[in-house]
Amino acid sequence: MSQQSEPLNAEALREDFPILEREFNGSQLVYLDNAATTQTPEQVVEAIVDYYREYNANVHRGIHQLSQEASIAYEEAHDRVAEFIGADGREEIVFTKNTTEAANLVAYAWGLNELGPGDEVVLTEMEHHSTLVTWQQIAKRTGAECKYIPITDDEHRLDMAAARELITDDTAMVAAVHVSNALGTINPVAELADIAHDHGAYVFVDAAQSVPNRPVDVREIDADFLAFSGHKMCGPTGIGVLYGKRRILEEMEPHHYGGEMILKVTFEDSKWNELPWKYEAGTPLICQGIALATACDYLDSIGMDAIERHEADLAAYAYDRLTEQNDVDVYGPPGDDRGGLVGFNVDGVHAHDLSSILNDHAVAIRAGDHCTQPLHDVLGVSASARASFYLYNTRDEIDRLVEAVDDARQLFS
Amino acid sequence: MGLGSDMYRQQILDHYKNPRNYGELEDSDFEHVGENPLCGDTIKLFVKLADDDETIERVSFVGDGCAISQASASLLSTELRGKTLEEVQEMDREDVEELLGVDLTPMRVKCAVLAEKVAQDGAAIYVGDEEIDQTTTE
Repeated sequence: MSQQSEPLNAEALREDFPILEREFNGSQLVYLDNAATTQTPEQVVEAIVDYYREYNANVHRGIHQLSQEASIAYEEAHDRVAEFIGADGREEIVFTKNTTEAANLVAYAWGLNELGPGDEVVLTEMEHHSTLVTWQQIAKRTGAECKYIPITDDEHRLDMAAARELITDDTAMVAAVHVSNALGTINPVAELADIAHDHGAYVFVDAAQSVPNRPVDVREIDADFLAFSGHKMCGPTGIGVLYGKRRILEEMEPHHYGGEMILKVTFEDSKWNELPWKYEAGTPLICQGIALATACDYLDSIGMDAIERHEADLAAYAYDRLTEQNDVDVYGPPGDDRGGLVGFNVDGVHAHDLSSILNDHAVAIRAGDHCTQPLHDVLGVSASARASFYLYNTRDEIDRLVEAVDDARQLFS
Repeated sequence: MGLGSDMYRQQILDHYKNPRNYGELEDSDFEHVGENPLCGDTIKLFVKLADDDETIERVSFVGDGCAISQASASLLSTELRGKTLEEVQEMDREDVEELLGVDLTPMRVKCAVLAEKVAQDGAAIYVGDEEIDQTTTE
């Protein structure tokens, strides 16, 4: 990055998140489930309230004042998101419900039409079900084949030598997660895009765990498609983003039909609207889209590079504290070379039991397969615990996590 | 103490750490497997019936998973002895909660009822009421 932001002050930022003041069982909440969803700052809540109090109206069609205000705000939200990830304007930003819907949009609009027997889709072993199941099923319907780039045994990184073998001229699509939601591994997606493009394949990047917490530039990655969710980056639920290169979005046929996405309709045929509206059939997520733009403002006011450094620091600290005891297995790369989350298991304590006991200490983590069942098969465990951090978390909270883990260990010893 | 600690009363921890009737029954009349796919809890139950072919004489189990699922199986393996297959079908979630001695949080109910469901499905298959390959609480 050309300009480094000041280190962020998590304690000060917490004032924007009154929910963090909640207490359970006499203890203040320690919210470490941010990879699932992040909390919403007052600024974004205000944007939502402001929309419904001041200018709630349907977009695009209306000539009246409210509709004009809503339309301008909704359309400009696309510009704001484009700027946030380095896209070339609103034409490249399609608002969806979430990352999963964005993945499905590409799979249905492009995959179903373009894939056939002999074509291959290359994924990674650490894909979230949102990508994995989607391409697996589209491949089944088209006769294409899915292949999976393995992870290394020691540090759970992508085996890039294997990736170079697996991506061939038969590859039509490479779909890869940027930051693994279960391992925290940061994948070299720009390198994957290079390899894919050498073989004439497209690249879809699942950026649900990267756009919220680090600078992401779609042109630096040279991603053909990239998707993420608003609710994991201080925005509301119900809004996600599909970035697509303008040329590809122009060529592709829409997957959903209806109002808003058309220019001209006769009984016989229809002509599609301009980008990105061609892919946004029906009344869109208006308020959510506008609130997402406010979330982008909020994050930029802190600085994405500062958020990235803060999360790397917390992840490294959590990794070190958890591995002080040799009965804890932490998955993914060591140190601070990981996204802001730590997946782990405590020997003799099932992840669900651990999460129940941590809840007793008002420590919120997630336990289960994290929508990565095949990855857990590779790891040889049925479930794992996951603590995930965001800009308002502190080292003190990680100490609270470790104390609670100690308590669980004692209870089960 | 909050819900979590309550849920891990001594009895549950005791049955989790020292499961009763753990292992396979060589002379069982029927056996049945169940799992919670999302949790990875698995229970395989073995049942030996008395000469009347309807009263449970012995139960054993093997399994893997969280404390709630495994303690429930252990407690149930003792509880089922002497019950008829019909009585097994009459059991419900409250019976399991009573056995465990705790109120279950909604997210953990499926862990607790797995063993009971395995027993019920296994019994139903044995008397020919149902055709089930594997029990699941999902």
